Amino acid sequence: MLFGNLIFYLFVAITVLSAGVVVFSSKLTYSVFALLFTFFGVAGIYVFLEADFLAAVQLLIYVGGVLVLLLFGVMLTNKITDVRISQSSVNRIIGVLISLGIFGILAYVAVTTVWNSVGDRVITETVSTIGTLFMTKWLLPFEVASVLLLAALIGAAMLARRPQNSREQS
Amino acid sequence: MNHLVVYLLVSAVLFVLGLLAVMSRRNAIAVLMGVELILNAANINFVAFTRFSSTTLDGHLVAIFVIIAAAAEAAVALAIVLNIYHNYQTINVDDAASLRG
Repeated sequence: MLFGNLIFYLFVAITVLSAGVVVFSSKLTYSVFALLFTFFGVAGIYVFLEADFLAAVQLLIYVGGVLVLLLFGVMLTNKITDVRISQSSVNRIIGVLISLGIFGILAYVAVTTVWNSVGDRVITETVSTIGTLFMTKWLLPFEVASVLLLAALIGAAMLARRPQNSREQS
Repeated sequence: MNHLVVYLLVSAVLFVLGLLAVMSRRNAIAVLMGVELILNAANINFVAFTRFSSTTLDGHLVAIFVIIAAAAEAAVALAIVLNIYHNYQTINVDDAASLRG
């Protein structure tokens, strides 16, 4: 159990520290690669919460999809040797103060509230249960999500395409 | 590691860091990364409450829907950012202010 605790806090440390790098790094490429470690750490936290399917989904979609998209965005919109890639921050002091205030409120609520607990529950068979829920209780949101993905696909393709007239000019 | 509060605190830290990125970064892609951090924090909360104070797995499904929405949002937002870059030659969110009255 002690060893498990150690691994858990290792994951927590990876998550929090790399998230800090994401926010405070002055180089955008560093931010993106730190985000990779944040997603890995969150996936590890999911494993400790007995959500094995979600951990796999997190790795597949976030690390495999979203992160690659962000990396494409960085590479396409910044010249790597350009000094201006180190995008500075504005309102950092005010932002830090507001963030600390919100964190204080959240931490106070999380610590002082007596949360409803169901005791030690062992989650088994997450994948089959999730599949059954998707096809029964959550069928309508499932279909709406698929339509949303289709709309996002078409919309992103249409937006990212160059306008027709500028292609004729060039 | 078997306390709900630990997960809630980790999630609060992630949320606050994401909020800070959204508020203070000027690069549009950095703002997007802040949004992803916030969504991850929300997901940790959903899964933690499912584990500790629920008898069903509904929270996992909500987390999956959040991941779906995040993927769609990232794709569309990146397309918009690329368009802004083509039109303005910058992705500084303060410079894309044509609609400001």
